[in-house]
Amino acid sequence: MTATTAEHHDHHDDHHHAPHGLKRWLFSTNHKDIGTLYLWFSFAMFLIGGLLALVIRAELMYPGMQVVDPEFFNQMTTVHGLVMVFGAIMPAFVGLANWMIPLMIGAPDMALPRMNNWSFWILPFAFTILISSVLMSAFGEGNPSAPNFGWTFYAPLSTTYGPASTDLFILSVHMMGISSIMGAINVVVTVFNLRAPGMTMMKMPLFVWTWLITAFLLVAVMPVLAGAVTMMLTDRHFGTSFFSAAGGGDPVLFQHIFWFFGHPEVYIMILPSFGVVSSIIPVFARKQLFGYASMVYATASIALLSFVVWAHHMFTVGMPLAGTLFFMYMTMLISVPTGVKVFNWMATMWRGSMTFELPMKWAIAFVILFTCGGLSGLMLAITPVDFQYHDTYFVVAHFHYVLVSGAVFSIMAAAYYWLPKWSGVMPNKILGELHFWSSLLSVNLLFFPMHFVGLAGMPRRYADYALQFADYNFWISIGAFWFGVSQLIFLVVAILCAMKKGEKAPANPWDAPEEDLEWTVPSPAPFHTFDTPPVIK
Amino acid sequence: MAESNNKYYVPDSSPWPLSGSIGLFMIALGAGNFIQQSTDFGQNVLKHQGTGAGYLLLAGALWLIGTLFFWWRDTIKESITGLHEGRLSGSYRQGMIWFIFSEVMFFAAFFGAMFYTRWLIVPWLGGEGSNAMTHELLWPNFQAMWPLTTTPDGRETQAMGAWGLPAINTAILLVSSITLTIAHHALIAGERGKLILFQGITVLLGIFFLFLQVEEYIHAYTEMGLTLNAGIYGSLFFMLTGFHGMHVTMGTIMLLIMFLRILKGHFSKENHFAYEAAAWYWHFVDVVWLFLYVCVYWL
Repeated sequence: MTATTAEHHDHHDDHHHAPHGLKRWLFSTNHKDIGTLYLWFSFAMFLIGGLLALVIRAELMYPGMQVVDPEFFNQMTTVHGLVMVFGAIMPAFVGLANWMIPLMIGAPDMALPRMNNWSFWILPFAFTILISSVLMSAFGEGNPSAPNFGWTFYAPLSTTYGPASTDLFILSVHMMGISSIMGAINVVVTVFNLRAPGMTMMKMPLFVWTWLITAFLLVAVMPVLAGAVTMMLTDRHFGTSFFSAAGGGDPVLFQHIFWFFGHPEVYIMILPSFGVVSSIIPVFARKQLFGYASMVYATASIALLSFVVWAHHMFTVGMPLAGTLFFMYMTMLISVPTGVKVFNWMATMWRGSMTFELPMKWAIAFVILFTCGGLSGLMLAITPVDFQYHDTYFVVAHFHYVLVSGAVFSIMAAAYYWLPKWSGVMPNKILGELHFWSSLLSVNLLFFPMHFVGLAGMPRRYADYALQFADYNFWISIGAFWFGVSQLIFLVVAILCAMKKGEKAPANPWDAPEEDLEWTVPSPAPFHTFDTPPVIK
Repeated sequence: MAESNNKYYVPDSSPWPLSGSIGLFMIALGAGNFIQQSTDFGQNVLKHQGTGAGYLLLAGALWLIGTLFFWWRDTIKESITGLHEGRLSGSYRQGMIWFIFSEVMFFAAFFGAMFYTRWLIVPWLGGEGSNAMTHELLWPNFQAMWPLTTTPDGRETQAMGAWGLPAINTAILLVSSITLTIAHHALIAGERGKLILFQGITVLLGIFFLFLQVEEYIHAYTEMGLTLNAGIYGSLFFMLTGFHGMHVTMGTIMLLIMFLRILKGHFSKENHFAYEAAAWYWHFVDVVWLFLYVCVYWL
């Protein structure tokens, strides 16, 4: 399979179609510009969500109450989670999809370019609503509470006891859902309909495959989340009894609906990571991916299984024994396809001519640390053991290992890998090394000790803790501030790239194989690429 | 995959997506504040406040409708100038199919809630399984039954029967699907008179369905004690049929717009995707109704 149109692109290397000024960004129909908007937006949300996390860690640095009151602390844990999940990680992956999927499959743009821009521009408005509630809580008259029920917004905390801001939160979740569904539909349609001639499904890069499957998950579960928050809204204001046992409903019903969305959501945040890492490792190991087809099937299996494991979040809530056993075994089954992936990456690296440029460093760190997070997940899947771990810092450690040193690390890997293509300059190596090592060390200082305090019984979502946890929590907080500051290095790296300051990037800076279409176009990628589809042999 | 000489049409920059986001923002802010200010928590009582937020909600809705009008005006122009050939037409089709799938999943959340309630919650509240003490300690007088006409805390209602209005409504929707298909075939066959007649009949049937649905709601509220506040049965009944009704409203508006576009001569034998999309949507609300009729009204 070879792209025969490399020389062809020079004709298209012009910018006469590119609109200028504010209009270019506000009214865009260009997948690259919209991708850039998504990526900057998600990075801004990453910093805001990080700031909220640092409020949490500042409070927990020492035992006792020092920085904020417990009510505000609860708002911090809630909005930190929501901003990171819906504002940072998901839009970052949509940004990567926007930039890379058309380039990878030889398409001129996303299939529905105007809808693409709509799905982006909904997000800043949705997060204005969510974040304004925090600002009002911090600085507003009478300090009206922001959402304070945890990012899972369990009933009755969010119904009977939810603050007034819950209603606006519900509407902002609806907006995020609309945005995600439109973005996902766009990805599915682009992949099915706009592949270059000869780009069969089983020739698609794995990043495209994993995103296609992710998009299915999004279209399937975001509407369920919309249903859940709608029931919340009517329970709060229109007298319905979905989550009230007095009327014949059940608060546990909320958890079932939420996690029917929530567990696929977890994979929505990790499957594109698998695609990124599967794109990067073969390039820097200079070998083909060990098992392409098995990676595709493993991804699809994980996605299917994600629909039948949701109640493992609810073992301590109680359900019939058969249900408990079913969800336990199904959950453990997921480690099989996940293992297929991890072994695949290892086998790809085995006896490769490996070099360790920045994207590869992040990718290897991803493989190791994500596996750590996966293994603690396997521990949590075992029902009787989960009774001990549930709602402790062990859970916090688990999902931060998969989301921060998993998803976020893969996004960083992707950024360092593709920044030359996006900006035309190589990311600054010295700052990049500093960013990587600083993040790697701090992320482990931040999250590894959480396993210990969790196993020892420290509950999550409390503003204070017993004295025996003090030493660990001090170092966790040091790790948190260190990790937070480290990400500012990346801000500098990204700004330097955006200002085109740095070594000029060739079209294929990483010596990627020629079937990776994104490297056949010049760096930076011209405003329009593949107006005429390349022919894949 | 089409021939490479068929360039994929990428539209120029457009203000409507951003404008649509502003509309949604106004709707969210307006609705959030309006609901917050105008209802008493859990009391189902209107407080007649929050008119400012209400106007914002209304303005947002009008803004969004206006935006969509201009957005679709652009798309229709593109379609009439023949830009929707080839693969772009495929993108629209697939996009519509996945949109309908997302709608299916939205209803799935409410259907799932209904089955969970019927099969698990209500029996458990009645003491089934390992829940004898739950029943004994919380609501010893509670009887598990479906439809749940007496809630654990003693609110009473009547169950909506399956015959009468709901059965007539089922017939109306089924017939409307047939008339719509006749209209569609007439469009393909180029029989304009037949097309206009049957498209008009379909729109009228949609409106008639909604009219009867409102009648049924009035009957439920005023005579049966069946309200949103009547416990889980009323909650599920009104949310499922209500969201279905909203979708029928949307579908009827779509079919009405298609009717007007037919009168303006927008569609040809080959190029009438908007019409097909509206038809798919109508069949989707029809199928949802059949599930509703069987699971909510009948069984």
